[in-house]
Amino acid sequence: VSAPGAIGFVENLLAAGVSRGTPILLAAVGELLAERSGVLNLGVEGMMLLGAAVGYAVAHATGCLALGFFAAMAATALLSSAHAFVSVTLGGDQVVSGLGLGFFGAGLAAVVGADLVGVTGVPRAPAVEVELLARIPIVGPALFAQNAVVYVGIGVAALAWAYLYRTRWGLKLRAVGDNPTAADAQGVRVGLLRHLHVAAGGALAGLGGASLSLAITPGWVDGMTAGIGWIAVGLVIFGGWDPLRVALGAYLFGAIRRLPLDLQGLDGLPFLKNPSLGYFLDMLPYLFTIAVLVVAGLSRFRKRFAAPAALGTAFVRGERGR
Amino acid sequence: MRLELEPRVLRSRWATAAISAGSMLLGLVAGAAVLALAGVNPVEAYAAILRASILGGAYAISDTLVKATPLLLCGLGCAVAFRARLWNVGAEGQLLLGAWAATGVASFWLPAGTPAPLMLTAMALAGCLAGALWAGIAGWLKASLEVNEVITSLMLVYVAQRLLAFFIFGRWSEAGFPLTPVFPRSAWLPRLSDLDSFSGLTVHLGLAVALAACLGVWLAMSRSIWGFEIRLLGDSPSAARYAGLPVARRIVGTMLVAGALAGLAGMLEVAGVGHRLQDRFSPGYGFIAIAVAWLGRLHPVGVLASALVFSALLVGAKEVQPAGIAQMLQGAVMLVAVAGDFLVRYRVRLVTGEVRAT
Repeated sequence: VSAPGAIGFVENLLAAGVSRGTPILLAAVGELLAERSGVLNLGVEGMMLLGAAVGYAVAHATGCLALGFFAAMAATALLSSAHAFVSVTLGGDQVVSGLGLGFFGAGLAAVVGADLVGVTGVPRAPAVEVELLARIPIVGPALFAQNAVVYVGIGVAALAWAYLYRTRWGLKLRAVGDNPTAADAQGVRVGLLRHLHVAAGGALAGLGGASLSLAITPGWVDGMTAGIGWIAVGLVIFGGWDPLRVALGAYLFGAIRRLPLDLQGLDGLPFLKNPSLGYFLDMLPYLFTIAVLVVAGLSRFRKRFAAPAALGTAFVRGERGR
Repeated sequence: MRLELEPRVLRSRWATAAISAGSMLLGLVAGAAVLALAGVNPVEAYAAILRASILGGAYAISDTLVKATPLLLCGLGCAVAFRARLWNVGAEGQLLLGAWAATGVASFWLPAGTPAPLMLTAMALAGCLAGALWAGIAGWLKASLEVNEVITSLMLVYVAQRLLAFFIFGRWSEAGFPLTPVFPRSAWLPRLSDLDSFSGLTVHLGLAVALAACLGVWLAMSRSIWGFEIRLLGDSPSAARYAGLPVARRIVGTMLVAGALAGLAGMLEVAGVGHRLQDRFSPGYGFIAIAVAWLGRLHPVGVLASALVFSALLVGAKEVQPAGIAQMLQGAVMLVAVAGDFLVRYRVRLVTGEVRAT
């Protein structure tokens, strides 16, 4: 289904944005859960790479797609638990621990993926098209004719929102992130909740990585995430720690990552075909990340969408936060 | 019988150093376990790393020192920033920009006949300036709008990579190859192999420059008011503010210094090793520098020691397949080091007998 002209351009861009934004969305919602519990995890990029490699390796070895996704999530949940142990149980520096975790994950991914470059016959997540709805102009293809993982992404964002704002557990989680001392006094198990959410965040980062290698851009290439894990961390700030805003942001970024390709495919604008321009168009997602953080940093936004107050600090009963 | 934790009031310097070294070793052991799981013989892997980096004789040691030079400078830059609790993780981008500016000076902006001292000084200044400006963007955004410097400094790495690609593959490319023309001889840093009796040893003057910078950073951090203010800012930002410190200016200044050091590393790398700007000339010095600074406990002497260790790992890991092992080991060492901090902060005692009433 492709409409001509400007509508077709927007339609394609939206559809590509939602599809390419999905791995970012999954990782960003995972990071959001960890940060809501008060733990910053800067290892997202490495975890996504590990998820992509493990998912692809297991799907290749077993021929089973579901097993690939499951193994990816298990591996990254386990890996991020190392970060939880160091930063929550031992109260170590969250920034450095997360960076170390990221290095470890990226290196391990390269080791796991060493024999996977160029292998074929790996199953790929199927596309699912909703009849009729997919024919709605402009938004139809973006929302109703996508790979299965895209719908999973929408579900994850919606569930995360409902969990955070509509359940007792979500309330406890937010309390732990904002004021662990008070939550602890109420009998909430701060350490346990932090461990669980860091692990869940890791699993979602792994799912995001596997959705790259098994669905959106099938195949394994070392470094295939190209910084989107970091963009996910930035998006959590931009989205004000709200899953739905984070999801919209992820789709926006997906579209921006796609934009250079689409622009260079336009016939009416020959100067866009200049190869040198490609280098600068490739900078757009990264420059845009900085730009949205600047917007999020303006004071009137900062007041409305504040970070969890205890983000980045260890909780030790009877001790004032550092 | 049970374990009791007691917060340490005084933290011994020797205990800290011992725990750093211990976590390095433990990280390597943890790495060995993962290597074994990945089907690589860890003993052989580590033996190959040691052979290629240290035990292989003068050439191996020279290689290690050459790679330690940019690691030391970038590590110092990161250490200065981290000391102020500014998470400058974009040293790689600052290094790339420094190398780019130095290349511009050497090959395009100054005449080839420029005398060597003038040429090299101009290149070093350009490298420092470019690196400082690149880091300064993240610093300024942090100081003025509290924009998270981790993300901005890292995003600027990706921007820098694409900017360099534009010059290496396009604008400055020599005959379409991914490299720029060779610098005129006046832009080559003197190296040991220039002397007949040391042929083949590639250690260049940059090592001396980096060691001087190490001394300079030590003096600045421990003996100057600026250094005191940076440390105060890192230990307690609110105390720094109440004391009337111009916090925003110190943040930007710290990032400028960190960027200048990384930019200088980039200049030394192109002037001392490649003598031209090449695609992928840096194996990620700026990223490894994060681990270097942290393992060195943000102290210049510690940074020097850990730069040497990581350089040996980097040189040696080329001999070990698959790629990625070096990066994995780095990560393991960092995680274990942060975990080891626990022992710096607490004394762990095994208590036997009756439980004391508290």
